[in-house]
Amino acid sequence: MSTPEATEPPSLYAAREPIFPRRVYGKFRSLKWWLLGLMLGIYYITPWIRWDRGPSLPDQAVLLDLAHRRFFFFMIEIWPHEFYFVAGLLVMAGLGLFLFTSAAGRVWCGYACPQTVWTDLFILVERWVEGDRNARIRLHRQKWNAEKIRKNAVKWSAWFLIAMATGGAWVFYFTDAPTLLVNLFTGQASAVAYLTILILTGTTFAFGGFAREQICIYACPWPRIQAAMMDEDTLTIAYRDWRGEPRGKLHKGAIAEGQGDCIDCMACVNVCPMGIDIRDGQQLACITCGLCIDACNDTMDKIGRPRDLIGYLALTDETAERAGAAPKSVWKHVFRPRTILYTVLWAGVGIGLIVALFLRSPIDVNVTPVRNPTFVTLSDGTIRNAYDVRLRNKQGADAVFTISVPFDSGLVAELEGLSGLSVNVNANETLSQRVYLNAPRGSQPATTDRTQIRLWFEELGTTNRVHHDTVFNGKVE
Amino acid sequence: MCAKKVTQKPTDVPTTGHIWDGIEEYDNPMPRWWVWVFYATIVWGIGYTIAYPAWPMIKGATPGLLGHSTRGDVAAEIKQFDDANSAIKGRLVEADMSTVSQDPELMSFAQNAGAAVFRTNCTTCHGSGANGIEGKGYPSLLDDDWLWGGDVENIQFTITHGIRNTTHPEARYSEMPRFGADEILEKPQISEVVEYVLKLSGQDYDAALAAAGEEVYLDNCSACHMEDGSGDINQGAPNLADAIWLYGGSRDAITYSVVNARFGVMPGWNDKLTEDEIRAVALYVHSRGGGQ
Repeated sequence: MSTPEATEPPSLYAAREPIFPRRVYGKFRSLKWWLLGLMLGIYYITPWIRWDRGPSLPDQAVLLDLAHRRFFFFMIEIWPHEFYFVAGLLVMAGLGLFLFTSAAGRVWCGYACPQTVWTDLFILVERWVEGDRNARIRLHRQKWNAEKIRKNAVKWSAWFLIAMATGGAWVFYFTDAPTLLVNLFTGQASAVAYLTILILTGTTFAFGGFAREQICIYACPWPRIQAAMMDEDTLTIAYRDWRGEPRGKLHKGAIAEGQGDCIDCMACVNVCPMGIDIRDGQQLACITCGLCIDACNDTMDKIGRPRDLIGYLALTDETAERAGAAPKSVWKHVFRPRTILYTVLWAGVGIGLIVALFLRSPIDVNVTPVRNPTFVTLSDGTIRNAYDVRLRNKQGADAVFTISVPFDSGLVAELEGLSGLSVNVNANETLSQRVYLNAPRGSQPATTDRTQIRLWFEELGTTNRVHHDTVFNGKVE
Repeated sequence: MCAKKVTQKPTDVPTTGHIWDGIEEYDNPMPRWWVWVFYATIVWGIGYTIAYPAWPMIKGATPGLLGHSTRGDVAAEIKQFDDANSAIKGRLVEADMSTVSQDPELMSFAQNAGAAVFRTNCTTCHGSGANGIEGKGYPSLLDDDWLWGGDVENIQFTITHGIRNTTHPEARYSEMPRFGADEILEKPQISEVVEYVLKLSGQDYDAALAAAGEEVYLDNCSACHMEDGSGDINQGAPNLADAIWLYGGSRDAITYSVVNARFGVMPGWNDKLTEDEIRAVALYVHSRGGGQ
C-alpha cells in the first residue's frame, strides 16, 4: 500500500482544536475582571438611567428612538439631519483605535472587545460548571454519560440565560426600558423586539460558547488592519527568547547548566484563550490579553527567576535588551510623533463636535422655494413666490415662531392658512408651512429675474433667531 | 509553514480530452453539495409550478393550487389602505368644509389625498404645479382671481359639476355672445371697445378710440363684466380690470375674444371621483395660495 500522500491530496480543511484555558491569577487577569465588570455594568445599566426632559420627551438617558428618528444621550438630542455627530463619533472611534493600537497593540482586542468580554464570561461559567482545564479536558474526552450530559446541560442553560440577557438588554436601548420589560413578559412587545432578542441570543450563544477565538482569527477584519497600525515602538506582548532559550525542563528543581529561564512548563500556552504559543513570537491570533504574562510570572516566582520573561515589549527594546542595555521607559514608547498626531486628530474631532453641539440652534429651518411655477401673478399685478418651510422645534415645549423678511427688501410675507406671521410648532416636532412673499407690481424684486433674499425666523419670547438665504423670482416683461 | 506540498498527479483524474497549447481540462465531478442543490431546485421547481400560476394556456396561465394572484395581492393591499382610511374619509364627507382647516389631522389627510387626486385628474389642464397655461384658457389655481368663486364651497361645486359641459345638468353655465362673428357690433365699435378694455386694465391705449368705446362697453358688456370691469363670479364673467388674463391681455387677444367669444369647458367630476376625493381635492386647491 502506498503512502496516503500519493493516493489522496492532503485536506485543505483543518478542524478546530478545542481550547481549554486554565485559570490564572495576576495583575492582568485582575484588570480584565474589573474591566469585564465595568463594561457589562455599563451595558446592562445604561438603558435604565432616567433623565428628565420635560413632559413631551422620553425620560430615558440613552435612547435610540428609531420610530421617531431621535437619538437621546443625556442632555444631548440628535435629530436625523444632525447625523454628522454620530459620524464624528465613529471617526473618533476609528482614530482612538489607531491611537491605542499604535501605542499598545491590540488593547481593544484583549480587554474591551465584546467578543473577548463575553467569551471570558462564558469560559468563567464553563469553569464553574466543569472545573478547571484538566477536568474539562477529561470531560471532553470521556464518553457521553449522565455526568457529561448533566454538566453540559447546566453549562448550556447558563450560557443561554446570559445570551438571552445580552440580547434582551440590547432592545432596551431602542425604546422605553421599563415599559418594554413589562411588555416583553406579557407578550405585548413588538415582533421586532422579540426577533432582535432571538437573533442576538443566538449569536451570543454561538460566538461566546462555541466560535470564540475563531471569530477573532477568521471573521474579524481588525487583526488584518492592526498590522498596519503597529511599528517598532508599539508595545506588544513578547517572549524574551534571549533570556528563555534554550528552554528545558528543571533538573532536580534547578535550571540546568547552559539553559535559559524557560522551563517549558506550558503555563503560557495553557492559559491562552486563543490556544497559541506566545514563544513563537507575535502572531495574528494573539489578542494581547496579557494572561500569558500572569502565568509566566507565576512560574518565574516559583523557580526564583526574574519576572517578565513574557511581557509587554517593543521591537526597539528587543534590540536594546539583546545588546545588554535597559529598555526605553513605557512613556517614551507611548509618547512619540505618531501617537501624538493621532491624539491631536482625535481631540480635534472631539472638540469640533462639542463646539458644534453648543453652537447649534434650538430652532432649525429648511426653506425650499417652490419651483413649479417660479412665480404667480396676482390680480393686482403683485408677483408672489411660494416657499415650503420646514420648522423644527427641538425643545421640550411648544414654541411660537415668527417669520419675517427684511423691510427694505420691498417684499411682504404671508402664511398659508394663517392670518398673522406667527406659527405654533409643537414640542419636538417638525412643521411644514407654506410661506408666500409678495412683491408689489412694478417693484424692484417683482421686475428682476432673481433677487437674493433672507428670511428670518424668531422664536417668540426668546432670543432664538435664525435666518435662511434664498431667492425671489420676478417677472421680466 | 506549509510542510506538505499540495500535489495532484494528472493521471488521477480523467480529462475531457480537450487540449490547447498542451493544457488539458480535468473532468472533475461536480461537488456533491452542488449536485444535490441542483436536484433540489428541480424538485422545488415542479412543486412551484403546481402550487403557483405557471403554465401558459390559451386563456391565461394555470391558476396553481394555492390560488395566488399578484392582482389579487394588489387588490387586497388597496382594500387594506381603503379600510384604514375609511374612518377619516367618513369624517371628511361629514365635515363642514369651511372649518376643516382647523382640524390638523383631517386637513393633513385632505392635503395628501387631494394632492394625489389632483396629480391623477387635474394636471392635464391645470399643470402639475396647478398654475394652468397662461393665455391658453387653462386657469392658474394659485392666484387670487377666480372666475366662479374661490372659497372652498365654490371650488367644491365647480369640481363636482364642472363648467359649460353637456353631461352635468348643474354645471356652471354662461355664454358670451360672439360680437364680431355674429355681427352684433360693427368692426369700428369692436376696435373702440377693445381700447376701452385696455384702459380698464391699466394698459397702453388709444384715448380717442377708448372714449368712444366706453359707450359700446356700457351698452354691451357691463351687464356681465360690470361697469368698472370687475366681472361677476355668478356668471363666470372674468375681471377685465386686473392683471390676469385667461386668454391673453394683448390688443390682439382681446380683439379675438370680443369677435369670437370664449367658451372654456371643464368636466364635472362627481361621476369619476367619490365625494371624499372631491372634498379632498377642493381643500388641496384651496390651499395653493389663492383660496378665499
